[in-house]
Amino acid sequence: MTARQRRMLLVGLMVIGVGTAAAFALNAFQENLLYFYSPSDVSAGKAPADRTFRVGGMVTEGSFQRPAGSMEATFILTDFAHNVKVRYSGVLPDLFREGQGIVARGKLAPGGDFVAEEVLAKHDENYMPPDVADTLKKQHQKEAGGQ
Amino acid sequence: MSVELGHFALILAFCLTLPQAFFGLAGAVYRKPHWIALTRNAVVGHFVLTAVSFACLMHAFYVNDFSVLYVAQNSNSELPTIYRLAATWGAHEGSLLLWLLAQATWTLAVSIFSRSIPDVVTSRVLGVLGLISAGFALFILTTSSPFERLWPAAVDGRDLNPLLQDPGLIIHPPMQYIGYIGMSVPFAFAVAAMLEGKLDSVWARWVRPWTNVAWVFLTCGITLGSWWAYYELGWGGWWFWDAVENASFMPWLVGTALIHSLAVTEKRGLFKSWTLLLSITAFSLSVLGTFLVRSGVVESVHAFASDPGRGLFILTFLGLCAGSALGLYAWRAPLFRTNTGFAPVSRESFLLINNVLLVGATLLILLGTLYPMFLDALNLGKISVGPPYFDIAFLIPMLPMVVLLAPGMHAGWKKADFGRTKGLLLVLLAVSVVAGIALALVAYGWHSVMTVIGFSLAFWVGLSALVDPVSRLRKGHSLSAGVIGMSVAHFGLAVFVLGVATTQSYRQEMDLSLRPGQTAELSGFQFTMTKLSDVKGPNYEATEAEIRITRDGKEIAVLHPQKRIYRVQKNPMTEAGIDSGLTRHLLVSMGEPLGDGSWSLRLQYKPMVRFIWMGAFTMALGGLIAAFDRRYRKRVTADDAVAAADVKTV
Repeated sequence: MTARQRRMLLVGLMVIGVGTAAAFALNAFQENLLYFYSPSDVSAGKAPADRTFRVGGMVTEGSFQRPAGSMEATFILTDFAHNVKVRYSGVLPDLFREGQGIVARGKLAPGGDFVAEEVLAKHDENYMPPDVADTLKKQHQKEAGGQ
Repeated sequence: MSVELGHFALILAFCLTLPQAFFGLAGAVYRKPHWIALTRNAVVGHFVLTAVSFACLMHAFYVNDFSVLYVAQNSNSELPTIYRLAATWGAHEGSLLLWLLAQATWTLAVSIFSRSIPDVVTSRVLGVLGLISAGFALFILTTSSPFERLWPAAVDGRDLNPLLQDPGLIIHPPMQYIGYIGMSVPFAFAVAAMLEGKLDSVWARWVRPWTNVAWVFLTCGITLGSWWAYYELGWGGWWFWDAVENASFMPWLVGTALIHSLAVTEKRGLFKSWTLLLSITAFSLSVLGTFLVRSGVVESVHAFASDPGRGLFILTFLGLCAGSALGLYAWRAPLFRTNTGFAPVSRESFLLINNVLLVGATLLILLGTLYPMFLDALNLGKISVGPPYFDIAFLIPMLPMVVLLAPGMHAGWKKADFGRTKGLLLVLLAVSVVAGIALALVAYGWHSVMTVIGFSLAFWVGLSALVDPVSRLRKGHSLSAGVIGMSVAHFGLAVFVLGVATTQSYRQEMDLSLRPGQTAELSGFQFTMTKLSDVKGPNYEATEAEIRITRDGKEIAVLHPQKRIYRVQKNPMTEAGIDSGLTRHLLVSMGEPLGDGSWSLRLQYKPMVRFIWMGAFTMALGGLIAAFDRRYRKRVTADDAVAAADVKTV
């Protein structure tokens, strides 16, 4: 091999290496995109059945249930138009309470319940996740428009 | 009254940045020594006034002046004094003032410690830094003044966010800001070099210590932030790929690339344009980070409630900084072309690959951080990118980088002839792989191939870093601080890799309910809740659990995790109980009462997690040692040499 051929081989190998790496990275990117849906989207069947996604809304007053001594909690998440029942097992975040805006990450169970792997609430009593605020605003506009 | 004084001082501080910028830049062009002297005076004045302004705000916190809106919003008379003082930078407005103070301190430092640099160069650098200070001062004055009065004054303050009531607040933000804004110094040097049209090895020698020190602060800031989040958020994660963490990590990665690229520019006069580009990018990413945090476009514990006007200002500022610097680059870069080459296998090549991979990692993180924002801005839907993407995307470029680090360290400039080192490296490689497999099997049990790769890489880099100075001594070379610093930093990386590989592979966690008298087991440790009690703190009430940890009947530790309710903001806070051994942490965090006398708890076993931060701090130590290499303090011009000789004879 001449020096030139060797250099071309080196360049070729590098291109293949970078290409493979980029393919892996983009594949990981595709697979880890988490879409956000509102309870209305979920009830309308817009959310995927087999994929992890995020759903955000307010925890409906009086909907939180957990048998004494158990870690299995259920509650209703609402955007004031539609509701989604959420099941979660584990430690809830400090600021989780009824009437609070939260975001849950998880999957839909066959019965239509949302099984959360993670529940997020923000460390600020006035906080509403932007996603939730957005959904509520849209809902509000829709109602105002309907009247 | 003191607050008005602070406000006034800030206005004057802003006013002084203008002559600093003008006389700094013009003085260099027209070579007027007294203009340059004037620039230095403006720098001192700006620093003093900013410090006065900052001290006034701090004083308002100290005396509980709740007629100041910012104080009323972020402090409370019950807040312990030390946190009252640190609350000065606990929210947006004050933290920006701290930012400006950090900038003023860097500028003053450049003005004082630049005796080995020609006045004309220093003058340009100070001029550029003046423009940056002007931008930030104007930002505070127009959109985020902490000096606004509240009328009528509040009876008491709304208290500092309980999350921030922690020693972490005292030290993490200042470190982080000093690091962020420190990147403005290489940026200013780059702009100065482009304005002058001259960039040589000497220039690189001026910039290297500044870049190192800024990088050291940034490293410490990020590490402290990680550590703080780990114990204060209470849930035992050390890195979340949160948008704001990414924002601080990207300038760090580019800064790391810059440090390595500067080495080539200094030693061989190569990579000049590339070094300039990295200098510009590192600072631009710092400003981008500020934009992400301050504009409220990201959801994060760091995101301050904020208004779009601020975001727009910073975005404009970023556009001006990066835009004008890149424009200048496009115009001037052709001047810095070099014709010297290097062989495919040489230290230059290794450093080039290092740079490409670091920048590649930065781009992948940038993609994951900005893509959701773009989609949202274009109304194409709301998405987020899950942490697993970042784990994989970061690992792809970092694995080859860490593999190549060891031979790179031993490669010679121009053309590497490994010669005898080749045998040594092969031995090290074999030892590392065997040690990696052995550690995985003997100490922890088989987990995965990635774990073994991680362990082996840690040994590979760690051993090479230790061997490098030894082989240099054997060859009869003396060890400069630069070489020692490099070895220490690379050894730190090895410690970090070992910590990450172990923690990520072998950590255990469990959520469960426990009532006094009950015991749970995790990783061979028995956790017994012995009692629950109520505790009263200075400004909070807490429920405290006592958890006795035993192993094979022997007591290991007694932990006291708490669930606190802060009296003013009513927010519950989780204070984890941590037993920190050198090789493992045991964490207990309290969830909530479950109604029948039991509490939900999270138990965690984190092997080697401490090595992550120890490794990062060791890297910082290496950077610091290298910054104090004697060659950076050498005077470079003939005149200066004469002056130095004169001083000696006197």
